[in-house]
Amino acid sequence: MDFGVILTNSLTALLNAEALYLALAALGLNIHFGYTGLLNFGQVGFLTVAAYGLGVGVTYLDLPFFAAILLGLGLAVLLALLLGIPTLRLRADYLAIVTIASSEVLRLVARSAALRDVTGGSAGITGFADGFYSLNPLPAGRYGIGPVDYNESRMWLLLVGWSLVVLGSILVFMLMRSPWGRVLKAIREDEDAVRSLGKNVVGYKMQSLILGGLFGALAGFVFALANSSIQPDNYSTLLTFFAFTAMILGGAGRILGPVIGAIIFSSFFTFLENLLVQAVRAEYIPTSILDSNQVGIVRFILVGVLLMALMIFRPQGIFGDKKELALDAR
Amino acid sequence: MPADQTADHRRLAGMASAATLEQLEPRPGVPKPDPILIAHGVARRFGGLTAVEVDHVEIQRGVITALIGPNGAGKTTFFNLLTGFDKANEGSWSFEGKPLNGVAAHKVARRGMVRTFQLTKALSKLSVLDNMRLGATGQKGENFFRALVPRLWTGQQKEIDERARDLLSRFKLDAKEQDFAGSLSGGQRKLLEMARALMVEPTMVMLDEPMAGVNPALTQSLLGHVKDLRTQGMTVLFVEHDMDMVRDISDWVIVMAQGKIVAEGPPDVVMADQAVIDAYLGAHHDDDLSPEEQQAELAAGEAELDAIAEKRESS
Repeated sequence: MDFGVILTNSLTALLNAEALYLALAALGLNIHFGYTGLLNFGQVGFLTVAAYGLGVGVTYLDLPFFAAILLGLGLAVLLALLLGIPTLRLRADYLAIVTIASSEVLRLVARSAALRDVTGGSAGITGFADGFYSLNPLPAGRYGIGPVDYNESRMWLLLVGWSLVVLGSILVFMLMRSPWGRVLKAIREDEDAVRSLGKNVVGYKMQSLILGGLFGALAGFVFALANSSIQPDNYSTLLTFFAFTAMILGGAGRILGPVIGAIIFSSFFTFLENLLVQAVRAEYIPTSILDSNQVGIVRFILVGVLLMALMIFRPQGIFGDKKELALDAR
Repeated sequence: MPADQTADHRRLAGMASAATLEQLEPRPGVPKPDPILIAHGVARRFGGLTAVEVDHVEIQRGVITALIGPNGAGKTTFFNLLTGFDKANEGSWSFEGKPLNGVAAHKVARRGMVRTFQLTKALSKLSVLDNMRLGATGQKGENFFRALVPRLWTGQQKEIDERARDLLSRFKLDAKEQDFAGSLSGGQRKLLEMARALMVEPTMVMLDEPMAGVNPALTQSLLGHVKDLRTQGMTVLFVEHDMDMVRDISDWVIVMAQGKIVAEGPPDVVMADQAVIDAYLGAHHDDDLSPEEQQAELAAGEAELDAIAEKRESS
C-alpha cells in the first residue's frame, strides 16, 4: 500500500479544479439556501447555461473569449429570471421542484441530437478554452509546494479561480453585514413577517437567486475550462448535491463555510478513492468483497454514510453555531 | 416643538373621536365621523365555504377598535384580506381615502397599516436589535448596490439604532438587545413583534390576538403598550378573545360571526347585548366561578399535572 500516492493525490486535490468549482457553486448556493432559505436543487443548471454560453459563444458564434463569458453570465441571469418569476411568489418547495427539473431539461436539451451543430450533442464542445489559456502569463513549467504540483495551465486557472473565490467571499461578507443582507436573512426566517414590515420579499428573493446563479455561472466557466471541454453528462444533478454537501459540511449561512467545505469535500473524496484503490491493490481488501472496478461506487456510499454521521454529530457544519440550531428545537 | 404639537393634536383628536363614538348608534356598518379605514362588500370564499362576507364597516381614526367573535368567525381572514396577505373574491376597501384592495402586503405596510400575527413571527436567528432594525422603512442600505458602500448607510443605521433602543427600553427588552430573538419567551416575542411593527412608524396598527399565550404578568404591560399607541395618535384594530381585555382598553367593539359583522358598539353596550353574548360568546362566559367550582377545577388541574409527571418518569 503506497501511502505516498494517497497523500500526494489528496493534497493535490485540496486546491485543485474540483474544489474550486464546487466552492464557487456552493458560494452561490449559500446565498440561496444559507442566507435566503431558497431551496435551489438545480444549481447545476446555472453551471450548464454558463458553460454552454462560453462554449457555444466561442465555437459556434465566433465570439471573442470575454464576450462569450458575458453571454454565459447573461444566460445565468436569464435562467434566474425564468425560474424565479413563476415560483418565488409560491411556497419554497415549488422552487425546489422547478429548479431540479429545469437543470435536467437543460442537460437533455444540450445533449440532444437536434442541436448537434450548436452544442455538439452528447459529444459536447471542445476547442473554446484557448482564449483563456492564451492569456496565461506564467512560463511553462511545474508549480507547487512539496509533493503538490500543477502545470502552468492548471496553475493559471487555479490562480484566477481562487482569486474569484476570495473576491466573491468578500462580496458576500460585505453584503451580509449590510441592511440588504439583513432582509435576506429575515426572509429565511419568515417571509410573511418581512412582508408585514414593508419589504418587497419577491424582489429580494429574485436578487438573491440572480446573485447566487452568477456564482454558479463562474463555477460553470471553471468546470468547462478545467477540462477544456464541455461534456453534457457531467452537468447532472449529482453536481448540485456535491455543492450542497460542501456547503453543509462547511456550515450553511457562514461566509467561509462553502469554501472550506468544498476544499475538504473534494480532498476527502480523492483520499477515499485512493485509499480504496490502494487497499484493493495491496489485497488488504479481498477482491471477493471489493474489486477495483467497484471502488468508484463504494466511495459514493461512504460519502453518504459520512454525510449522515455529520448530520447526526455536527449538524451545523464546521463553522456553524450550535446555539442557532438549538433555536429551531423550540 | 412642532412634532410634539402634532402628537398633542392627534391625541386630542383621538380623545374627541372616542367621545363622539359614544353617541353613535350601535348597529353593524354604522358610519363613523372620521373613518381611517372603510371596507365595503368584502367577501372571501374557500370553495363552498364563505369565510368573510362583510357588507360595510368603518374604523374610526385614533381609537382602539376590538374585533371579536367565536373561533372560525373569519376575523383573521378579514385581517389577512385588509393587509394584502390574502386576496378577496370581491369587495373594496380604502385606507385614508385611497383604495387598498389588491395592493401587495408590503405596500400596505408602507402606506402605514402594519399588522402583527396570531402566531408570533419573531425572526429567531436574528438578534433582537436586528429584528427592530428590519422594521425601519426607507433604508438606503437595503438596496443591493448601496449596500456595498457602507458610508452611504451607516449614518442612517445609527439613527435607526437610536430609535430601536428607545422602543426596546419602553418595551423592557433593552437588556436582550444582542440575544437571538429565538431565545425570548413567548410573551417577550409578542412584545418584540409589537415594538418591531412600531419601527415602521405606522398610522394604523393591526394586532392579531396580542395576548394569546402571554403570561398574566406581561398582560398588564402589553395592555399599557396598546393604550400608549392610542395616546400617540395611532389607530388600533385588534382581534382578541379575552373579554376583560376588550372591555378594559377598547373604545369600540365589532362582533363577527360566520364571516359577517353582526354587532357593533361601545364595549359595555355590545357586552350587554344578550343576543351577542348567547350566540357568539357562549352563554356563561362572564359568570364568576364559585369557590367550590374553583377548588374542583384546581384539583382536576393538579391531578392532570401529576399524571403527566408520572408518565414522564416511567418512560
